[in-house]
Amino acid sequence: MAEEDMMDEEGGGVIKKFMYVNRKAPYGTVYALESLEVVLIGAAFDQDVSLAFIDDGVYQLAKGQETTRIGMKNFSPTYRALEMYDVEKLYVEQESLDARGLSADDLVVTVQVVSSAEMRELMDQQDVLLNF
Amino acid sequence: MLLHTVNKSPFDRNSLDACLRMAKEGSSILLIEDGVYGAMKGTRAESMIKGASGKLKLYVLGPDLEARGMRKENVIDGIQVVDYGGFVDLTVEHQAVQAWL
Repeated sequence: MAEEDMMDEEGGGVIKKFMYVNRKAPYGTVYALESLEVVLIGAAFDQDVSLAFIDDGVYQLAKGQETTRIGMKNFSPTYRALEMYDVEKLYVEQESLDARGLSADDLVVTVQVVSSAEMRELMDQQDVLLNF
Repeated sequence: MLLHTVNKSPFDRNSLDACLRMAKEGSSILLIEDGVYGAMKGTRAESMIKGASGKLKLYVLGPDLEARGMRKENVIDGIQVVDYGGFVDLTVEHQAVQAWL
């Protein structure tokens, strides 16, 4: 990457490509919620952020979550608010949806559904990968 | 007879597979927490549990389905949705609980 492309216009800081990789279902473990919190904190640093949802991570985005009866916070509406933090690149792997009988219509937010091959390329382009 | 509970997603761990291998004919399996994903139609894991529905009694915990946005209409036929009261009933009706983690 050329030096001038790395420079932020305002602060002059380096902009890196950060990808958060989500592979766990929500609620059963704390990974999904922790990832979301780190994404929101990280959004303050004006980096080039993307989120990848593969394997059971796709369940984090399932529509119609209603957690009243399990006594936990339903954090799924937060994925819809990511846009306000300039987190706009949400990638979901097609193969993971297929294995679970899900489609893009079953998700709470508009995402880019990509193949395994495309996801592999996206990962390869990153400077920093954070896994949850 | 044992009540088996499975709380892991069948796509993440092999708990459901192990449970189905060890459950005796006539015993019961209750899918809870992330285990509820194994109760859904149209998944890669569907055939695994469908094959067991003849010899086992299958249940899934409703509140855990709801929390995850999994609709009751999409639960595999032959799996009964129960609430927390149903969970208690199943527990007392069985000799012991085998909790597959």
